[in-house]
Amino acid sequence: MTDQLLPVDAYLVESLPEIWFGAVLFALGMYVVLDGFDFGIGMLYAIRTDEREREAFLAAFGPIWDANEVWIVAFGTMLLAAFPRVYSRLLADNYLLALGFVVALVFRGLGPELREQRDDERWKRYTDYAFIGGSVFAPLLLGMLAGRWLFGGATLPVALTGVGLVAVSILTGAAFLAAKTEPGLAAELRTYGIGATLAYLGGVVVLLGTVVLTDAGGAADAVLSLPVAAVVALSVAVGLGGSVLARRGRYRAWLVSALALPTLLTILVAILLYPTIYPPTGLLVREAVVSPLALNLVTVLGFPVLLLVLWYFKFLYGVFSGPIESEGYGE
Amino acid sequence: MGPPLLLSAVDLGWAALLSPEIASRMQFGWTISVHIIFASLSIGLAPFIVYFTWRDVRTNEQRYARLRSFWVKVFAAGFVMGTVTGIPMSFQFGTNFPQFAEVAGELIGGPLAFEAKMAFFLEAVFLGVLLYGRDRVGDRTYVLSSVLVGLGAWLSGFWILIVNAWMQTPRGYEMVTRNGMEVAKLTDPVAAFLTPRMPWMYLHMMNASVISVALLVAGVSAYIVWKRPETDAWNSALRLAVVLLLVSAPFQAVHGDAYGRHVEDTQPQKFAAMEAHYETGQADLHLLAFPKSTDALTDPRAENLFTVSLPAVGSYLASGGDFGAEVVGLNEYEENPPVALVFWSFRFMVGLGFLFIGLALWGGYLVYRGRLSDSTRYLKAMIAASPLGYAALLTGWYVTEIGRQPWVIQGELKTSEAVSSTLTGAEATLTLGGFVVVYVGLVLTALYILKWLVREELRSLGVRESNESRWHGPIPWVSGDD
Repeated sequence: MTDQLLPVDAYLVESLPEIWFGAVLFALGMYVVLDGFDFGIGMLYAIRTDEREREAFLAAFGPIWDANEVWIVAFGTMLLAAFPRVYSRLLADNYLLALGFVVALVFRGLGPELREQRDDERWKRYTDYAFIGGSVFAPLLLGMLAGRWLFGGATLPVALTGVGLVAVSILTGAAFLAAKTEPGLAAELRTYGIGATLAYLGGVVVLLGTVVLTDAGGAADAVLSLPVAAVVALSVAVGLGGSVLARRGRYRAWLVSALALPTLLTILVAILLYPTIYPPTGLLVREAVVSPLALNLVTVLGFPVLLLVLWYFKFLYGVFSGPIESEGYGE
Repeated sequence: MGPPLLLSAVDLGWAALLSPEIASRMQFGWTISVHIIFASLSIGLAPFIVYFTWRDVRTNEQRYARLRSFWVKVFAAGFVMGTVTGIPMSFQFGTNFPQFAEVAGELIGGPLAFEAKMAFFLEAVFLGVLLYGRDRVGDRTYVLSSVLVGLGAWLSGFWILIVNAWMQTPRGYEMVTRNGMEVAKLTDPVAAFLTPRMPWMYLHMMNASVISVALLVAGVSAYIVWKRPETDAWNSALRLAVVLLLVSAPFQAVHGDAYGRHVEDTQPQKFAAMEAHYETGQADLHLLAFPKSTDALTDPRAENLFTVSLPAVGSYLASGGDFGAEVVGLNEYEENPPVALVFWSFRFMVGLGFLFIGLALWGGYLVYRGRLSDSTRYLKAMIAASPLGYAALLTGWYVTEIGRQPWVIQGELKTSEAVSSTLTGAEATLTLGGFVVVYVGLVLTALYILKWLVREELRSLGVRESNESRWHGPIPWVSGDD
């Protein structure tokens, strides 16, 4: 029997609820980082009109976007498994935002897949609209959802969080494409990437300033803490350093630094939340977590699987590493 | 009840606009109906994909390359549709039924997280390899990718049905108060995840997916063979699908009968609704039922129906051998599911099931005589039958899901208590409308894609677009097998 193998009335380790808080945000971070550059590709796609470039953009993310997207489901279901109250209140309180986000994902996912099904100009135009619209609205609405999670109903911080996620997606998308395309195109892409970096960093500073001034969601004190200052300083350093690397044409290094920014953003979210987990309800991590047996079980069964999943991703990105070939990938 | 159909449709429309509960249920029912078609397409196609990929890599025969290439495209389109319709569903527990998510979170969250981590990732990652990686990985890895994609699809169904089976026959928990709310606390994982319903649902659903896809493959193959009898590839696909149907269709009937008995044991109210059995007592089995009036469509009581019934056989089936067994009637319960939907859905599903057995036997006979692709009548029948597997699958799902109302967790939580308390009727109705429009678009798109793929396939087999009748002659471009 499992209950003899697993403790029923105590967590496997004392800090297991906090570990799960970290694990849930890790899944969110993976989503924001990985599908983030997919969104960025979609937005950059909108401003490039050359058909060959567009095909190259689609080829760059074709084999991987589906897998990237699963992280949002991993995040949602892990949140449900460990913190059902947060899952249900967060989604119920933000009904239209949440469903708007998933509808945007529907369009983003379908556009590129349908585009290649048919050789017809008008068909391509419509599927492009779906792809681009989804790529803009998905990060915008997801960012706003995160803003509502952190700051409750405060309008300006919520909007800024949305725009911030859009900007950082453009940045990572540009860096990803620059590392995979020919030098001429990469040089143009880095211009967008550097612009997005500055917009993003400026946005984060304005956002945090606004929160301090208005005490949105009661988060002013949290923002004025040392860890937040450290993460912000690190973001600025990484963002500017990445821009220098981009200028020098070192696109792979730029990509690594670019992916660090949404990672730092997720860490910022974690710092701002903890020890509460849904500030508008005042709920603490420890109060919202499920009972020991349930959490122990998903830990023992789930963490090895998570490692396996990370290995799949290493394999997948390994298979499709390197520059995009002239005919795209495969068939 | 006046002219009930029309009136009730109008009433239902108003109820949807006004009630978050009705609108949420319609929304969930609608999204899952569309999702389930694509999800089961992946499940059912998986064995075909693995087989064609393996044969293609192993034998290098043109026909397997042709079939693999075609069906992988269908699989990929279906997978994308399944993903884009599945993600909203994973959020709807929170957006529309947050009380349910909170009450059951500890029990359902784990399996759902496993579905994402163990199954969905597997499918998505290796589908990327299967679709784009032919030149980038070795033969063995390539075949393995197809196996892993299929395994992902089958595991997905497993985890989802663990959740659903728990909702039908909940066990392994106790109710406790957490944060001021009565929630289910996991006490016995083995009991909770291996519920009595789980193996029944899994076999029935997986086999239903196989049947649906066998019919689809048979239908598409029959169409192409009908247009182009010389094609080796599509003749073998047709034969394969018919053989698969010959195994899966009769199995579903045998299994379904035993499953029904299990439902009577565990959810007697659902069983009574399936048979529109109101008065507790001996039950007849209605083999065929036709409404005497439009009233009977919405309220099928025995006296409202023309039936061909076997007296007392309902009792016999429910009890597993006793003609006199008492079957609990719907009058015993305070609230009942919409009986008509369950009753007619059940009849529709079972009727189609027997039709599939008939088609399978007919096809098996033709295969035995070696005349499968010569029988134009059979080809046409299979073309017509190609969407019917999904009709049976959906109505079967309605029996399961509508039949358990008013409960969302059987005996524990009512659907009306599970709905969001902050959701307004206007919000729920607005999003319902949005999902209807978007998903109708998705279904139409999926059908267009299938149509284009078939047309392209015919073109590559040398059939000219305008040509309506059968096209004989050598097949262009491809030497050897095809």
